[in-house]
Amino acid sequence: MSTSEEVYAASPLDPVETHRLVTENPVDTAVFDQSIVDKAQAIIARYPQARSALLPMLHLVQSVEGYVSQAGITFCADQLDLSNAEVSAVATFYTMYKRRPCGEHLVSVCTNTLCAALGGDAIYAKLREHLGSDGKPLGHEQTAGEPGTPGSITLEHAECLAACDLGPVLQVNYEYFDNQTPDGALGLVKSLQAGEKPHPTRGAPLTDFRQAELQLAGFFEGRDADLDGPSAAPETVRGARIAAERGWTAPAMPDNADFPPLPEKK
Amino acid sequence: MVDNLTPVLTKRWLSPRSWTLKTYEQLEGYTALRKALTAHPDQLIQQCKDSGLRGRGGAGFPTGMKWGFIPQGDGKPHYLVINADEGEPGTCKDIPLMMADPHSLIEGIIITSYAIRANFAAIYVRGEVLHVIRRLNAAVREAYEAGYLGKDILGSGFDLDVVVHAGAGAYICGEETALLDSLEGRRGQPRLKPPFPATSGLYASPTVVNNVETIASVPYIVNGGADWFRTMGRERSPGPKIFSLSGHVERPGQYEAPMGVTLRELLDLAGGMKDGVPLKFWTPGGSSTPLFTADHLDVPLDFEGAAEAGSMLGTTALQIFNETVSVPWAVMKWTEFYKHESCGKCTPCREGTYWLVQILQRMVRGEGTASDIDTLLDVCDNILGRSFCALGDGAVSPITSGIKYFKHEFLALCDQNSQVLAGATA
Repeated sequence: MSTSEEVYAASPLDPVETHRLVTENPVDTAVFDQSIVDKAQAIIARYPQARSALLPMLHLVQSVEGYVSQAGITFCADQLDLSNAEVSAVATFYTMYKRRPCGEHLVSVCTNTLCAALGGDAIYAKLREHLGSDGKPLGHEQTAGEPGTPGSITLEHAECLAACDLGPVLQVNYEYFDNQTPDGALGLVKSLQAGEKPHPTRGAPLTDFRQAELQLAGFFEGRDADLDGPSAAPETVRGARIAAERGWTAPAMPDNADFPPLPEKK
Repeated sequence: MVDNLTPVLTKRWLSPRSWTLKTYEQLEGYTALRKALTAHPDQLIQQCKDSGLRGRGGAGFPTGMKWGFIPQGDGKPHYLVINADEGEPGTCKDIPLMMADPHSLIEGIIITSYAIRANFAAIYVRGEVLHVIRRLNAAVREAYEAGYLGKDILGSGFDLDVVVHAGAGAYICGEETALLDSLEGRRGQPRLKPPFPATSGLYASPTVVNNVETIASVPYIVNGGADWFRTMGRERSPGPKIFSLSGHVERPGQYEAPMGVTLRELLDLAGGMKDGVPLKFWTPGGSSTPLFTADHLDVPLDFEGAAEAGSMLGTTALQIFNETVSVPWAVMKWTEFYKHESCGKCTPCREGTYWLVQILQRMVRGEGTASDIDTLLDVCDNILGRSFCALGDGAVSPITSGIKYFKHEFLALCDQNSQVLAGATA
């Protein structure tokens, strides 16, 4: 006879996670309404083969629920004629697919070597402490506040975010906040908790995690203005600026650079 | 004599609204495409070979040769896939390029697709860079509306569709066959080679996978010609290259210089070491390339120069660390990264990186022994060359090079009487 205690004891996962997995209600995909089905089909239409749509479709699922639920897995499987196991195998492989509901905002702090040496570890420690409760710092991929409600924050440490010249960096909903300090990052997170939306250093005005996921799925309707705003930081254009100031250029191109003759067929 | 900095890929970055089609067209944008469409595709492949362009994603494979591997007249669809999954620690060149000048990549994609006879191209961009994805999508849309993409491009009879595909956070997808699996909607795990993507890539069809900076270079080669491209750089590593300086320098940033430039020259442009604190170690091309030290300031940074000095050019991501940083700590942090990103497919990498982290963490806690150094090197020996893909090889680079140049710091960690982290003076 298998009791739930035995299940918990045998599981390599922590008891809370195991409990969630063994007690989750039967899957109901009703949350994915016709507009989401239409979007899923639009994603499929982008590719020569349907299964290529799976990664963007998982982003779409997260735009609805703030994470990839069992219902989200089933929805993707239904759309792509895959098994739940095939979709789960993919969803659990990638860091950006979250297995628990995320906060209104996802804050990702780069703690890879270079950012860490420049202060990334200190930033992450400060935010963990601030967002923690009962004297316990918040853990990786944990949420302060009720997930999805205004001001709720999911915190994670991230690997290299490809902005090393601007380190230490963090992201809110995958928009860049460059050259951060522990106190500056703390102020940023407090603003987010208070319902404010500070402007990223490079990127569009902040929305929330789910809106960002919708854009990652490739849907940008009505958001043309997001394209503007800062992109190149002073660091980005340092070399170009020095060259402009000193009159340095690449050698001039010839007026008519001919193509080589057509190679003979072997 | 060529100037110290040679802005080609970065020359539009200072222009207002540089990411728009309007700005791009005002600055010679899409003139190379018009010219390329007058040529035979095989002439474009030959021109790319003649230019000596080598892949900018780290490995430096000759680009024209890669294009030439695509079998022609085989009756199968061909594909071009852009590797925009920039995530090698220290690497930060493709993200600013796509953010500031996405049309240069798209123009390169169209020319390359025409050359290899591909009618579908995908830009696989890491998911964590929303603003880049936004700009790429808008640029693709603009290109369709202007007739640069879609059916019968500029009346040439050539058709091309381009899709921007957001990844989902997996460093391994920068490995080209893992990227293809991921693009097919699977876990991003590398494939056994051969067959190579050139014959059996996306959907088992002939596929070219090229890095962003590589393909963005193509329009300039078409306009300027192979000889012009070769006026910059060195014989076997020609052309300009974006060097990304980060860390303890006064003015970190992107510096586009001819291949073969040295760190000493770049540091001079970047204002030297931050606050004058001396250099201790640096990576020439991301964390997967063996460390260099202050003794390597004059190594020419091209594929041959970096290799002759015992490292690799990689992605020209120059992460610069001063004397305040402990080498074993830095190596531990990088190893934690590789452990997290190991895809789990092969045992040497999956198990090896796991145990390397355990040992390094123990050493950094001050609980190591001198024999741990031998164990580290032994595990590294069992990963290097025995892993399924280059992630394993890259994972051991910081450790073996760190021990090679800074063994005293690892030994000092094993001195049980020492309470301070060796090498760290901050």
